[in-house]
Amino acid sequence: MLSPYPTTSERIRVAALWFWCVLVLIFLVVPIFVPVPLSFNSGSFFTFPLAGVSTRWYEVVLGTPRWRAAIGNSLLIGAGATVLATFLGTLTAIGLSDPKFPARRFVVPLLISPLIVPVVVTAVGTYLFYARLGLANTYAGIILAHTVLASPFVVVTVGASLSGFDRNLMRATSILGARPLTGFFRVMLPLILPGVLSGAAFAFVTSFDEVVVVQFLANAQQRTLPLEMFTGLREQLSPAITAAATLMMALSILLLIVANLLARRSRQAGLPAE
Amino acid sequence: MSSIAMSGVKPRAGATDRSDSLRPLALAAPLLLLLAFSFGAPIVLLLSRAVYEPTIANALPHTIAALRNDSAGVPAEPVFRALADDLKTDQAAGAIYEFAKTLNTRLPGARSQVLRLARLAGQDPAPTREAMIKAAPLLGEDQGWTAIRSGSNRFTSFFLLSAFDLRWTDQGTIGTVPADQAVFTRVFGRTFLIATLVTLATLALAFPLAYVMTNVRPVIAGIVLVLVLLPFWTSILVRTAAWTVILQKYGLLNDLLLWLGMTSDRLELMYSRTGLVIAMTHIQLPFTLLPIYSVMRAVQTSQLRAAQSLGARPFTVFRRVYLPQVMPGVLAGCLLTFILCLGYYITPVLVGGASDQLISNFIANYVNVELNWEMAAALSFVLLASTLGLYVTMTRYLGLDLFKMG
Repeated sequence: MLSPYPTTSERIRVAALWFWCVLVLIFLVVPIFVPVPLSFNSGSFFTFPLAGVSTRWYEVVLGTPRWRAAIGNSLLIGAGATVLATFLGTLTAIGLSDPKFPARRFVVPLLISPLIVPVVVTAVGTYLFYARLGLANTYAGIILAHTVLASPFVVVTVGASLSGFDRNLMRATSILGARPLTGFFRVMLPLILPGVLSGAAFAFVTSFDEVVVVQFLANAQQRTLPLEMFTGLREQLSPAITAAATLMMALSILLLIVANLLARRSRQAGLPAE
Repeated sequence: MSSIAMSGVKPRAGATDRSDSLRPLALAAPLLLLLAFSFGAPIVLLLSRAVYEPTIANALPHTIAALRNDSAGVPAEPVFRALADDLKTDQAAGAIYEFAKTLNTRLPGARSQVLRLARLAGQDPAPTREAMIKAAPLLGEDQGWTAIRSGSNRFTSFFLLSAFDLRWTDQGTIGTVPADQAVFTRVFGRTFLIATLVTLATLALAFPLAYVMTNVRPVIAGIVLVLVLLPFWTSILVRTAAWTVILQKYGLLNDLLLWLGMTSDRLELMYSRTGLVIAMTHIQLPFTLLPIYSVMRAVQTSQLRAAQSLGARPFTVFRRVYLPQVMPGVLAGCLLTFILCLGYYITPVLVGGASDQLISNFIANYVNVELNWEMAAALSFVLLASTLGLYVTMTRYLGLDLFKMG
């Protein structure tokens, strides 16, 4: 960044730039870790210094029926949405990877639009529509709505791993007499599997973190972990929320690190041999 | 077919060609159908509620027929007789509450008057014009009948106009609503203002960081990228929760400001616009940064050196050579953040004050509290139109690929 013979003013400029960037990084990273130490606080306040170290708030989150039910619902809905979104999204990505796919210019923005449309509009519309069909306040309804929100991530990650996939391999399987499905399971799927799993991880995290759609579609029995946190934050602030936040953050970060490692591997594995 | 394509011969045009493009489409069909069912249909249904409102027309068939001969102002006796008739029928059919609620959305205060009137209409003999006006004073005023006349049309522009603080006047022209009822232009203005502030703040933070990231050793750039992605991967709710902890009166930020001596008194940051903008900036920062970073990485440093060796001063190099090349990334990142800010809901609820609620919060409130679906639909329409308009601009002119970001 410095020229070979830096002047004093240049040194000052570069130092100021570095200083600014360090501040920005502190601003980025420190806030997300603030709930972590507080979740181990033995007192019931949100302030540092901690009164003492204890796991009592984790016992609340993992032990009381209300929080346990919420975690169960989150896992159930997340699993359902992940399976559906991964299946449908992978099929779609395979279709899109074919150069003959018609009207791609319009279809791709359409597939991504659930991420762009303000989530409140999606949630309110879905609630209105599902109420007429009897799907509001059902697990099926919430899973379908989450599948919509999660599917773009699968389409994109699987699409990325397919971009390195050599289509001639599929032609080779059919010349060798394999039926399309056999070719898919024996040749294509093993090669793009890291991409599929990475898409699944993104899909699960999307559903597991989602709160707005759930707020409109869920009844009291279907409350999820984020919804429990959201109502807690609105009503009475309890340190149990910092424990729940820490758990959610740990799970998201863990899954997404795995997803990214998988995605990287899939891009490398899918490349045709030189 | 495929072996022909392999040997380099162009496939024949015709039926086989079409079936070739249908097969990939068939693979995408299940997801497209799900999107149509669980995303497209709900949004279309919601938006239709903004312009289609048949309750009043269904509740008052005779009144509306009688009103055809009475085109302005407070009508004569026969219309009131028809109204009493309709209300009696609605009361018996149980449709009166829905009607009263609907009329109330167009005519604040009408709900209780309609219900009182319906009880009166059920009595024998039927009430006179004077008795009905006495029970429901709105029937003695032009605006009461303007609302009923406009409700006689199942398709209405009332709610969409209201979203811009406009209305049909008694003279049949479009005018602004009284200042004390004008809320939505303020809310939209506030939403756009906060989105602009957050976009500029993220740009000021992201641009230098992205620049430094492209100028350090790859290992350090990789570590910084992970630090950027960690908050990116943490859910908005969790990050908002963290900010509610930090912004408390006795929270970390106030501790820090006091310790630095930047303030002598603890600031009220929770439920304030400052707090909201800080939290939203934190959440949006990676969205602005990643497109800028990916464009900056592609800039060839040899061009900058060439400009410098040709005698350009550093600022000229930056302005004439560097900035034009990174501009698409800057615009894409800013536009993306701006679009996402327009739809914020969770963070304003938890961190913002009463006067910092954005358009999404009003939509949710109309659904959850006021049960006014028409107004929620009209506001959704305007929000969606702004968002999609910007999104189309972004994809058309900038070719931003949302998902090459991390």
